[in-house]
Amino acid sequence: MSSGHHEHSEQQEHHAEPGFWQKYVFSTDHKVIGLQYGFTALCFLFFGFLLMLLMRWQLAFPGQALPVIGKFFSDSSMPGGIMLPEFYNSLGAMHGTIMVFLGVVPLAVGAFGNYVMPLQIGAVDMAFPKINMASYWAFFVGGVVMLVSFFVPGGAANSGWTSYPPLAELATTGQTLWLLGMVFLITSSLLGSVNFIVTIIQLRVKGLSFMRLPFFVWAQFVTAFLLLLAFPPLEAAGVLQLMDRLAGSSFFLPSGLVVSGQLMHNSGGGTPILWQHLFWFLAHPEVYVLILPALGIVAEIIANNTRKPLWGYKSMVYSLIFLGFMSFIVWAHHMFMTGMGTVINAFFQTTTMIISVPSVIVLSCLFLSLWGGSIRFNTPMLFALAFLPMFGIGGLTGLPLGLTTTDLHLHDTYYVIGHFHYVVAPGTIFALFAGIYYWFPKATGRKMNEVLGKLHFIGSFIFINGVFMPMFIQGLAGVSRRLFDGGASYYHAGPVLKLNVMMSVSAWCLALAQLPFIINFFYSMFAGEKVTSDNPWQSTTLEWATPTPPPHGNFTFTPEVVRGPYEYSVPGESSDFLPQYQPVKG
Amino acid sequence: MSALEIPYVYTPREDTGLTNAKLGIWLFLASEVMLFGALFSTYIVLRVGAPVWPRGASILNVPLATLNTVILISSSVTMVMAWAELARGQFKRHKLYLALTILLSFGFLIVKYVEYSTKFHHHLFPSKSTFLAIYFTLTGLHGLHVLGGIVVNTYFLGPGAKMWKTEPQRFMGRIEVAGLYWHFVDLVWIFLFPVLYLL
Amino acid sequence: MHQEHSAEEVQKHVRTYLVVFVMLLALTFVTVAISRLHLGVFQSIVLALIIACIKGSLVALFFMHLISEKKLIYGALALTVAFFIGLMFLPVGQMITAVAL
Repeated sequence: MSSGHHEHSEQQEHHAEPGFWQKYVFSTDHKVIGLQYGFTALCFLFFGFLLMLLMRWQLAFPGQALPVIGKFFSDSSMPGGIMLPEFYNSLGAMHGTIMVFLGVVPLAVGAFGNYVMPLQIGAVDMAFPKINMASYWAFFVGGVVMLVSFFVPGGAANSGWTSYPPLAELATTGQTLWLLGMVFLITSSLLGSVNFIVTIIQLRVKGLSFMRLPFFVWAQFVTAFLLLLAFPPLEAAGVLQLMDRLAGSSFFLPSGLVVSGQLMHNSGGGTPILWQHLFWFLAHPEVYVLILPALGIVAEIIANNTRKPLWGYKSMVYSLIFLGFMSFIVWAHHMFMTGMGTVINAFFQTTTMIISVPSVIVLSCLFLSLWGGSIRFNTPMLFALAFLPMFGIGGLTGLPLGLTTTDLHLHDTYYVIGHFHYVVAPGTIFALFAGIYYWFPKATGRKMNEVLGKLHFIGSFIFINGVFMPMFIQGLAGVSRRLFDGGASYYHAGPVLKLNVMMSVSAWCLALAQLPFIINFFYSMFAGEKVTSDNPWQSTTLEWATPTPPPHGNFTFTPEVVRGPYEYSVPGESSDFLPQYQPVKG
Repeated sequence: MSALEIPYVYTPREDTGLTNAKLGIWLFLASEVMLFGALFSTYIVLRVGAPVWPRGASILNVPLATLNTVILISSSVTMVMAWAELARGQFKRHKLYLALTILLSFGFLIVKYVEYSTKFHHHLFPSKSTFLAIYFTLTGLHGLHVLGGIVVNTYFLGPGAKMWKTEPQRFMGRIEVAGLYWHFVDLVWIFLFPVLYLL
Repeated sequence: MHQEHSAEEVQKHVRTYLVVFVMLLALTFVTVAISRLHLGVFQSIVLALIIACIKGSLVALFFMHLISEKKLIYGALALTVAFFIGLMFLPVGQMITAVAL
């Protein structure tokens, strides 16, 4: 809304030297907010990862006491170190929620979008700095509510991250907190997305036309539209589920519902399928919210480290827009099994096949950009390169899920888990790591250590495949997801059950592989190799034209853009890169 | 640390013809359209799925709702007049119209309160039927939006009005933005009224 | 764009607002009156929605000044309308299902 975002300038005049709180905690500077988002999101990412490590113990050794660590849990979650099914369900639901809404999206959009995007378009700040701050704090409160929910009676939400009714409506108090937390997170996203769109449209510097925007900015732009228009239906759905839980209404409860042999005393007349529609109307675009910023980061890093322009920049941009548009009309491919009828199924199957086309175009362009380049294999580039096949696997394994006939077999099996984790974990999260290694020198003035970085990369790359590749095998064998014992009580799961141990060990090794990153991160922040130039990677985009780290207000000169974003190795030039802001000679 | 000048706060950008706030509010309203759209969609799903759907008039109070419609439409007019008076520099009359808008919004909420309490008195709760459930959800959420509008307008009538002296251009932009939000709240009601009460 | 508001022009605006106001009031009473005629469900839904759409358009066009707005805003709204229709496709899907079953 309008109120409150304009007083910024006057206030700054009164406080020439803002105190610690105003500078680092309640800051309106997009860079500080970006870093706040980054730190918070990394903590949540780590926390969500820990939840999964616990689950993997139960899956590999169902019913056995967890040594050492198990003692620290209460009797309501792991009595004697043995995990209760309810607690396992909580872990599963919260792992998904935290990773998606508190980890990856805030890191990809909140952190990288906030920090890098205004720099890349040459803006002094976001269009509404105070709303930007409000967006972070709404996110923070949402995160706290989610964490608090672990400590209410009955534990955190345990009906899956999708919160399908009627199960979610009968669930314990944790579910109410989940819904409240989501309302805060959605508010945060809405504030953020309005801000992003206005900033990109209004605050581009002179000469920076839309077709000169770095691909990362385009990715953020489309993402912001997805957040803006897809999240409100989930907010509506959340309100309806809150009404059901708190006011006893029956939006998602059918008449004559019998629970544990007892007829429910609700008015009935609702439909659980409605929740699925509203949820997936958000959650499918949300998939692209997870992936588009990652594509943006990877595109920046690939262009920079191949020292070549991106191959097919324009087709990539048009594909991106088309992808964003199509992502709104594929949602029901998550619901082929709900009996929507063949007409609807056929429609959504078709749109799903269509949406794979622009994804393939973007990925192919990135692959073709490598052709003939003299590639610099530094840590950010390694992560960016690994992203390509990993995202490819994730995308291609999605095709059988998008076709109704094959989906009948694969629906709700570990195959699905493998598919979307390939997109998001070795896909998006690798791209986010690449981004951290790439922009770290801009934010801190120091480079991250290359040896530790490569160690981090190799470990992560091997073990993450060890976690997710076997899931396809298990899924094809018909092992369902969300099974508390990992399938031990199902005869048909027998032959592939051994894989659970391998996946769990890989997961724990993957945790160890993150140690070099954590050490590197803190070590480099204080004692890393200092960069000698504001543009250590010799990049062409505007964020490298600022001092290091950029001061409040970002630029020491008024930048003007005179060329496209990726003018690398231009024939006849003495330097192998021509920054967007470097004036034309003569 | 010097003052930060964010461009296009006062004057529109040439190629878009818009100020930041104007674009921002329209995007915000776009997301609101999707929010209420989802709820209307819910209404249709519930109604189509129901074996019998009550006529709104048989449960709800149509005269009171008609009164509320008139009140809200009037408040929209006073709001746009508040902006028009500002445009011709009549600050005092602007304040009068803005105050009138706030007064009317309170009137709307009071009527709503009377409606709600009669319903509760007759034990008509959201748990009674899906019709009542969607009625309370839609009108409740709309009521919250009215409340939000009151807060914003009161701010511009009180402490926010100082800006008229220092930066009149910007203040006018703010009133325009607040007005856009308020008209949207009116717009939602224009659809809620027939859908819930008359059909 | 605000600078262009001359006193005359504003006066013209104000006259429009008042006309719109009267029309909105009239339409409100028309729609209530129609609902009292107890027409068939289908007819009353169609009529009520048509009137609501007219009223809504009046507010959007004149009070919200959409009649003379910038291209960019039209674009953003067009996008929203497209997705809004997508959202409304949801109940249609449900209806087809209901028929198919």
